Amino acid sequence: MDFFRSIGITEIVFQFMLVNSILGLSIYLTLYTGMFSLANAGFMAIGAYTGVILTQNFDLPLGVALIGGMILGGIIAIPIGFPVLRLKDIYLAIATIGFGEVVRILILNFDTLAESITGQEVKLTRGALGITGIPKITETWQLIVFLVVVAYFMIRLHRSRFGRAMAAIRQDEQAAANMGINVVYVKNTVFIMSAVLAAAAGVLKAHLTRTISPGDFGFDQAVSILAFAVLGGTSTWIGPIIGGFVLTALPEILRDFKQYRGIVNGSILLLVIVYLPGGLVNPAGWSRLWKRLRQSPEAGENHART
Amino acid sequence: MLELEKVTRLFGGLTALNNVNLIVPANKIVGLIGPNGAGKTTLINNISGLDHPTSGQIRLNGAEIQNAPPHRITRAGIARTYQNIRLFSDMTVLENLLIGQHGRGQATFLDSLVFTPRFRAEERDLHERAAQLLERFNLTHAANLRAGNLPYGDQRRLEMARALATNPKLVLLDEPTAGMNPIETQQLGEQIIRLQEDGLTALVIEHDMSLIHQVCDEVYVLNFGQILAHGTPDEIKRDPVVIEAYLGKDEDHGAA
Ligand SMILES: Nc1ncnc2c1ncn2[C@@H]1O[C@H](COP(=O)(O)OP(=O)(O)OP(=O)(O)O)[C@@H](O)[C@H]1O
Ligand SMILES: [Mg+2]
Repeated sequence: MDFFRSIGITEIVFQFMLVNSILGLSIYLTLYTGMFSLANAGFMAIGAYTGVILTQNFDLPLGVALIGGMILGGIIAIPIGFPVLRLKDIYLAIATIGFGEVVRILILNFDTLAESITGQEVKLTRGALGITGIPKITETWQLIVFLVVVAYFMIRLHRSRFGRAMAAIRQDEQAAANMGINVVYVKNTVFIMSAVLAAAAGVLKAHLTRTISPGDFGFDQAVSILAFAVLGGTSTWIGPIIGGFVLTALPEILRDFKQYRGIVNGSILLLVIVYLPGGLVNPAGWSRLWKRLRQSPEAGENHART
Repeated sequence: MLELEKVTRLFGGLTALNNVNLIVPANKIVGLIGPNGAGKTTLINNISGLDHPTSGQIRLNGAEIQNAPPHRITRAGIARTYQNIRLFSDMTVLENLLIGQHGRGQATFLDSLVFTPRFRAEERDLHERAAQLLERFNLTHAANLRAGNLPYGDQRRLEMARALATNPKLVLLDEPTAGMNPIETQQLGEQIIRLQEDGLTALVIEHDMSLIHQVCDEVYVLNFGQILAHGTPDEIKRDPVVIEAYLGKDEDHGAA
């Protein structure tokens, strides 16, 4: 632990690393099924606000808040997924960004809206300023247990009929359907699982940061979540965990270069995307890179097609 | 077994299928030939549910399936291969065959999560069936190789094995020997005959007339989306209309 301290990884940084790897896994589920959805920040917001309202306004324990946030995230994913998942690629991405914006704006105006309907003063989401003074009750061991449970879930998923169907859909949706896979069902179920996981991360993170506001769950957050999965790689579930760890720890390790942090983070992401298209956790990608480096420096110019 | 009645498919102004009537009787091997762009693949796409007719009916054992989604059609007993190989190329050969059996499985993700007896029995069953198919198509040695890395002929055979993994009654084969050498073509012909021996039915699109002769009980000729002729392979070979429209005009189709 002293070593981690010395490179700038304090307990709170480690906790954020764990939370962000859970977020990475939530988008991994949809990416692994071939769905380019950026809805995770929106579901994270739903989880965070639900969780905090349950612990602060209703005095419920964190475990109950966690389950409450996950259930609400999952329920909201049902009517969203059905129409939106007919879209593909960039269209799906845009539609899900739209969903995230709607969630953000609804949370922003929730109190005013509720007041105009009920006629009473409502103080739940507290508008643009958000909720402050949230106790920091998420503990490291809880995050580790949660991540281990999710990892087990991923391992079993990949060894199940359902998990194989997910991979088949990613590779060739039509051929998958011709194999007897109900593509619509699998896609919607995965979207719900992804939402539940993002909502869980939202609950846990909200009880680490002490404050939440609608601005924390905008487009920036959606892109960060995507970056965890892309940096780590989406060919196995280990990738997004590594991605979440690296992208969270790096800015802390590099805090001496504070003014260049964004540049360094961005450059690393760019380098990985260009030279290791499968992400950090991808043996085939490393061996390809290794071969290319040994062959000739110019060969690197032709990487685009490999 | 399979019955198409007045099936028409329009793509904008193009009539890819025009009032097609076609019957595939149970346990027969029916050939479908026709020049490039005749609408053969479109026909198979419509039967397998990847595409749907603009009008007309497709019936499987009397039940209309022209509007059914593809996974239902597969589970009802129709499997297919593709003209351009469409394996799950990043997965292993074995995984391709497990996915082919998806519709046969019952176990949910929760079964897998807690290792229920149902999950274990089913996985064992799926692996056994996959092993049988690997052996039948001479692919046992390749079980754990990436499907996309197989030699071309092996990929074609894996596609057929994967189609059989769905446990079909009717198999639609879209140019199963395209790009194969004569020996491979001959072996594939034997596999098609074996389907019939096992009680299955097949609709085979083929350009190779000698293969048609070897395996088919009857043949339909499609030209510009219309059925031009129907008969035994010998009758088709002699039909002057067919010779003029297709065979006579372009002798070299086998190489296409
Ligand atoms: N999705 C589509 N949209 C528009 N036109 C299509 C579509 N699919 C097929 N076509 C057209 O329909 C016609 C029939 O095509 P099809 O692929 O069925 O022919 P084919 O008989 O399989 O030919 P080949 O021997 O080359 O495989 C062609 O003119 C083709 O361009
Ligand atoms: Mg074709």
